[in-house]
Amino acid sequence: MTTKTDLATQVYRVYIKASPQAIWDAITKPEWSERYGYGGRVEYDLRPGGRYRAFASEDMKRARAEMGGSPTPDVIVDGEVIESDPPRRLVQTWRMLMDVDTEAEGFTRLTYEIDEIRPGVSKLTLVHELERASRLAMFLAGEMESAGAGGGWAEVLSDLKTLLETGESFHSA
Amino acid sequence: MTDDDRVFKALADPTRRFLLDRLFERDGRTLTELESDLEMTRFGVMKHLRVLEDADLVVARRSGREKLHFLNPVPIRLIHDRWIDKYRERQVSALADLKRELEKEDTA
Repeated sequence: MTTKTDLATQVYRVYIKASPQAIWDAITKPEWSERYGYGGRVEYDLRPGGRYRAFASEDMKRARAEMGGSPTPDVIVDGEVIESDPPRRLVQTWRMLMDVDTEAEGFTRLTYEIDEIRPGVSKLTLVHELERASRLAMFLAGEMESAGAGGGWAEVLSDLKTLLETGESFHSA
Repeated sequence: MTDDDRVFKALADPTRRFLLDRLFERDGRTLTELESDLEMTRFGVMKHLRVLEDADLVVARRSGREKLHFLNPVPIRLIHDRWIDKYRERQVSALADLKRELEKEDTA
């Protein structure tokens, strides 16, 4: 049986010329997370039940203020670590706080899987279960990009690949 | 073949674009569901899905007893980021240059 969860799941995959450890660090360490994607610093307590928070970058706050939106909260995503098996697998809950509707949709479940397919090349698969989070699903699929909400996971992962392979982020260039 | 070649090859076929469109409408489908939309043998649909999977445009995952197919937009985004934005930037900077030139003449 195909369950409702499957239908609301988004799957993203990218191959990166980097070790699993480098990818793991880029996901879980603030000095890396601020260099790609939405550019915010992350805070992870990497054990079951540990807290996860992602903070708004100054650039993001400025851009949103210029667009005349509501003030950006300091913490833009929060959640809890469910499973941490560095550098292979990270499962966590994930709730976006930048928008009242996505905040009301509550916590979703996000899984990162990292497999080394040959020395120095890794496969990163991101599975985001978005049941009852249709607004968040739109953001993450990049459907609000023209409204200035960014390209979602596809943009973030493309940028992560660029950063790890070239040392420069697409957006910082 | 490079990753980009595989993506362009996969997109160069109307049946495969149709399959991607179906997954865009609703993600996470079985082969049986995808097959029901096409006048084609199961084997034919499998072959097309294989090409899409090789290009990473489709990621198949097990869910219980079923194999579900998901649309993976990252390869298209990579092409967008690497190619399209590059040309767009050049156009924008060409326009900026033109504006600068014209304004210079104005003040001259």
